[in-house]
Amino acid sequence: MTGKQTSRRDFLKTVAAGAAMLPLPAVAQGAGGQVVVVGGGFAGATCARFIKRIDPRITVTLVEASPTFTACPFSNGVIAGLRDLKAQEFGYDKLAGDHVALNITPATGVDAQSRAVALSNGARLSYDRLVLAPGIDIRWDGLPGYTEAAAERMPHAWKAGEQTLLLRRQLEAMPDGGTVVISAPANPFRCPPGPYERASLIAYYLKTKKPKSKLILLDAKDAFSKQRLFQNAWKELYPNLEWVSLSSGGKVTSVEPASKTVVTDFSRHQAAVANIIPPQKAARVADLAQVADRSGWCPVDAMTFESKQQPNIHVIGDAAIMGAMPKSAFSANAQAKVCAAAIAKLLAGQKPEEPRLINTCYSVVAPDYGITVAGVYRPKDGVLSDIEGAGGVSPIDAPAATRAAEASYADGWFKTITTEVFG
Amino acid sequence: MNVTRIVILSASLLASVAPASAAGVADAPAGAASCSGCHPATSRVDTAVPRLVGRNPDEIVTAMHAFKSGERPATVMDRIAKGFSEDEIKAIAAWYGGQKD
Repeated sequence: MTGKQTSRRDFLKTVAAGAAMLPLPAVAQGAGGQVVVVGGGFAGATCARFIKRIDPRITVTLVEASPTFTACPFSNGVIAGLRDLKAQEFGYDKLAGDHVALNITPATGVDAQSRAVALSNGARLSYDRLVLAPGIDIRWDGLPGYTEAAAERMPHAWKAGEQTLLLRRQLEAMPDGGTVVISAPANPFRCPPGPYERASLIAYYLKTKKPKSKLILLDAKDAFSKQRLFQNAWKELYPNLEWVSLSSGGKVTSVEPASKTVVTDFSRHQAAVANIIPPQKAARVADLAQVADRSGWCPVDAMTFESKQQPNIHVIGDAAIMGAMPKSAFSANAQAKVCAAAIAKLLAGQKPEEPRLINTCYSVVAPDYGITVAGVYRPKDGVLSDIEGAGGVSPIDAPAATRAAEASYADGWFKTITTEVFG
Repeated sequence: MNVTRIVILSASLLASVAPASAAGVADAPAGAASCSGCHPATSRVDTAVPRLVGRNPDEIVTAMHAFKSGERPATVMDRIAKGFSEDEIKAIAAWYGGQKD
């Protein structure tokens, strides 16, 4: 393909390395092998750490653009004023302590042919196996009117950090009696229950701080994760929250940032605060490595998470197409550990074992009201599939004590997983 | 108590699972790696979720049977336990029994 050729030439030019100069992979020289991990979120940081734990002889380098990771799970609590953004921030010191080499520099190119990653500082990292865990990018061409400049007026807050704080400040500045509009995208996207948890916690904020306000959740779907549980909770707790489904005209077709107007085929909503959760795709490095398909996401082998498009490159976390597994931090962490084990086997010339994976997604509807969806997965016909009879959502008729217990377990989950990944 | 449950409970009483003491992270059986998303590997985490590391494997097996049958009330473990076979549960329990903080 022409695109591939051009990209490779550009890459070689960028790193100024002639093909004849490319070194042999370390594994061919009898060492444990060299692994480069790009992306230091729940997937990438876990994978880097576990490869080193499984086989300390493997050289592992983690490439990440930012020295601080800001976690998305629980960031809806920050938006609702229930939590400080600092509680979402993690550094990479402990990974360095585990002998993961850190390279806090953006990756600018991947050459699958010569097995090397180019960094923005001109450095070039050779690998035997590359793990891409880049997370998501917003599709800036996915919703008319929704540009990077528009996101400063109508935040997405779907990558945690400044956007999270911007949305929080806008809610705080909003007068009582205003309308908050949230737009939820079509599948697939990061954190399927996320828009509904966010609507819940913003509704909680409005109920406690600005009770004359209302919230409209415009949806490009007719069905969503934990739907009955959310809707039951809304009926009970948040009468000012209105969900508009796709078939009721909920799909947002354009936005007008100057007036904070959210447009559907049937109506125009002028918002005091507009939170646009836009269409997404695998982050840019997936394009650089040519591992994303036309859907914008990355097809992978269901056993090893090796790219179906490029050999020796594994893709994990939100960027990858993982069959029945949702794009969650729990999934990313579980996939990363399976990927680490598979890579250690592959580098040692052994066959990876068939994995089993779990996902558990907590959503917090109110501070003392948690709900979950869980699943257990295995590769079946080349796709990660639900193990039948397992998984599902919290009981629809659970007592308040169960909801409170799940809210408390949610809190425990966040502490446990962030300690495993960064602590 | 139905027949399946009697059989499962009896099996758990009879078959004792020994900790896999020499097994490291590299030898974790299928599914074991996912557990530490909620069950902390280290005692440094303050959570109501119990640790599996170093726990008697028979206790883990018995708990998984009770979650699977619905005998033991749970929030999510009833839904998760149903995804694992008898052999998988035993292998995971034995491996965690052999792990140290």
